[in-house]
Amino acid sequence: MISVQEADFDIAALYASLREEADNAGAIATFTGLVREFYEASDKGEKPSVQSLFLEHYPGMTEKALADIVTQAQQRWDVLACRVVHRVGELKANEQIVYVGVASTHRADAFAAAEFIMDYLKTRAPFWKKQATGEQSQWIESREADEIARQRWETSS
Amino acid sequence: MLKVHYFAALRETLGTQGEELAMPSTEMTVAQLIAHLVENRDEAWSILSNSTQVLVAVDQTIVERTHALLGNEEIAFFPPMTGG
Repeated sequence: MISVQEADFDIAALYASLREEADNAGAIATFTGLVREFYEASDKGEKPSVQSLFLEHYPGMTEKALADIVTQAQQRWDVLACRVVHRVGELKANEQIVYVGVASTHRADAFAAAEFIMDYLKTRAPFWKKQATGEQSQWIESREADEIARQRWETSS
Repeated sequence: MLKVHYFAALRETLGTQGEELAMPSTEMTVAQLIAHLVENRDEAWSILSNSTQVLVAVDQTIVERTHALLGNEEIAFFPPMTGG
């Protein structure tokens, strides 16, 4: 259900496993995050080409944090089956980095649970990105917009 | 002993990925442990005092700095997360 791995993932296989586990589902929402080719430079306003990303994580806590997030989603919405995959290590531009798939009886719950899981994953699961552009590398700073996206779930139902 | 981890940019700033640490007194909060480290180590360690730039997890769960330590936990310090 939750996997933190260096290897790429097969979204067709993940979708098939959701259908198999949730054989009475009426909706499956899936999200795939990709490594963007460009990141804004923090000072000069330039957009250097990102050649690779390194994903560091906190082994043990990462899996625990993701499991906690999925449990919260299950308590809040009708979740029949769920898959979360996040890659770590060296990743190149345009590669797949994260996958969230939720099977539910109806689409509203599938969409909401998948979005909730992503918003919490970005701000509550211990992953850190370091980008390399040419010879330089730097840690990516957290975005306030991501924290705001997470906080809206605390007030809405 | 506390089993301490430092991650990502903080690991590089401090120049260490972790250590075993004996608490200087039997009962301390996270904030008191941080104050002890800041006081006894070089300037780079003062970043730990910044609760926006440095998050703390005890036994792999994020905690507030008022959290009381027993002295045998796993404690981790790291920057805000940037996954996804």
